[in-house]
Amino acid sequence: MTMARAVASRRSFLGHSYNLVGVVAALVILAWTLVAIFAPYIIPHPIGDIVDDDYFGPMRQGLWLGSDYLGRDMLSRVLMGARYTVGISLAAVSIACFSGVVLGMAAAVTGGWFDTCLSRFLDAMNSIPSKLFGLVVVAAVGSSIPVLILTLAVIYVPGAYRFARALAVNINTMDFMTVARVRGESTAYLIGSEILPNIIRPVLADFGLRFVFIVLLLSGLSFLGLGLQPPLADWGALVRENIGGLPFAAPAVIVPSLAIASLTISVNLLIDNLPHKIRDRDA
Amino acid sequence: MKSGVLNLVVKRLGIAVVTLLIVLFAVFFATSMLPGDTASILLGQAATPEAVAGLREAMHLNDPAILRFLRWLVGLLHGDLGTSYANQMPVAALIGGRLVNTMKLAAITTLLSVPLALTLGITTAMLRGSLYDRIVTVLSIGVISVPEFMVATLSVLLFAVYLKWLPALSSVNEAHSLTDLVRIYAMPVITLTFVISAQMIRMTRAAVIETLSTPYVEMALLKGASRGRMVLRHALPNALGPIVNAVALSLSYLVGGVIIVETIFNYPGIAKLMVDAVATRDLPLIQSCAMIFCLGYLLLITAADIVAIMSNPRLR
Repeated sequence: MTMARAVASRRSFLGHSYNLVGVVAALVILAWTLVAIFAPYIIPHPIGDIVDDDYFGPMRQGLWLGSDYLGRDMLSRVLMGARYTVGISLAAVSIACFSGVVLGMAAAVTGGWFDTCLSRFLDAMNSIPSKLFGLVVVAAVGSSIPVLILTLAVIYVPGAYRFARALAVNINTMDFMTVARVRGESTAYLIGSEILPNIIRPVLADFGLRFVFIVLLLSGLSFLGLGLQPPLADWGALVRENIGGLPFAAPAVIVPSLAIASLTISVNLLIDNLPHKIRDRDA
Repeated sequence: MKSGVLNLVVKRLGIAVVTLLIVLFAVFFATSMLPGDTASILLGQAATPEAVAGLREAMHLNDPAILRFLRWLVGLLHGDLGTSYANQMPVAALIGGRLVNTMKLAAITTLLSVPLALTLGITTAMLRGSLYDRIVTVLSIGVISVPEFMVATLSVLLFAVYLKWLPALSSVNEAHSLTDLVRIYAMPVITLTFVISAQMIRMTRAAVIETLSTPYVEMALLKGASRGRMVLRHALPNALGPIVNAVALSLSYLVGGVIIVETIFNYPGIAKLMVDAVATRDLPLIQSCAMIFCLGYLLLITAADIVAIMSNPRLR
């Protein structure tokens, strides 16, 4: 698949407009990040307040995104939902990528028995479908924010590990690695100062992709009612609680879906439009 | 040289078996981590401590976990999946019909999405850079980037709310005629087909493009072969392995897809059964359903790997 990537990256046509797409995507991500941080200060109504006489109200002045199934302000709920969706996903992907990349580099540098066992075990973990893993864990220990973050992180450690290990194995054969070994450097030094700087760019691109996967999985779990529990609501939970508005095409069910899509598509587009070698994986 | 392939395949199958054991182990332990004692849950709040202790003894709950795991495994091999906590029915009886429903859904989706995705994947690779290619690529990236439930809700909005062609909910027991059948399966199948095809189109396109950039295809171009002949006669036979690999990998997305689709459309399949079991914390049922899903997933990704090994001419 590395060959496929080398071929695919030669898309030099439309060079300028591609960068424009990347910039727009970056702006959307930045906007959602700001919303996630400042949501409590910018929401027009408290999220629990019933402000509309009607449920599934349409978009109108004062209630810019309509009202939900109880007549609460949808704009405020979506803005607050950004906190949970972005925050939980970011925490989970940070844990997953940090542990996965550190383990992957350590396995590549150490090799031998440690590498084989770890790779075998994590490959086995990778053979559990992600949604199913989430279902089983939630069934076992219940759903709370720390549990969600840890579960999502554990699910995506094997992927991050495999990716980082494959990159690190290539670097490991370089001459400067042999030199560093002969100098008698420790494993921690080899990982942090010799390998990491050489793989950091693709690892960051992988971080972005994994963030998308986690946002999708978290939304899926919340949509099934197994993610964030009421009264908290992330975007997936907002779609779930307002699914009754679907037959009337209420904005309450469409807007949170669009919010998820705008975030995930932007991250994907940003990664697709990163310069040069930093490219996404096909599978 | 033939034995090299055989060796690799046998090795891959061995890894699959070991993986299956690890996965079963993980599923068993995740579900036994449930806080609260199974015996007291079963007997309810009014149970005397003696009754609870008796049931614990009878259910072998005092044995070490590894022994219980082995006993569970032996039971599985005998086709004994245990008894549901929720309604005291054998799990095998609960799962049986539901599994058939889910298999039907998966089979119809496969029959629809494979030809569709292969056609789109191969033609976009042939017409790379054209408007058609860009539209299909953008759409497939779009579908991959959004959650499955959004594809489902958008299909409901389009086909059931605006166009009013199809009902939003499905229930299999009402099928009397062919049109009934179409109306029941249409929404779930359409949603799943979108999700699966998007993956498959991307991977097929990448595989064909990779083959098209090889020297022998360039040779075919230089000797004056038409574009169609170049792709169909020269490139496709060699891209077949990667394509079958892509198909098997994409089909493994069915496992995640049905969980969402069956829930949202209220389709009486095994995924719906499992989601309900999670809600009632019905452990034996969850264990069995999880096992079936993992088995299906593992079969597909193992098949994908084996095809990749067999189709590599350097190993043949």
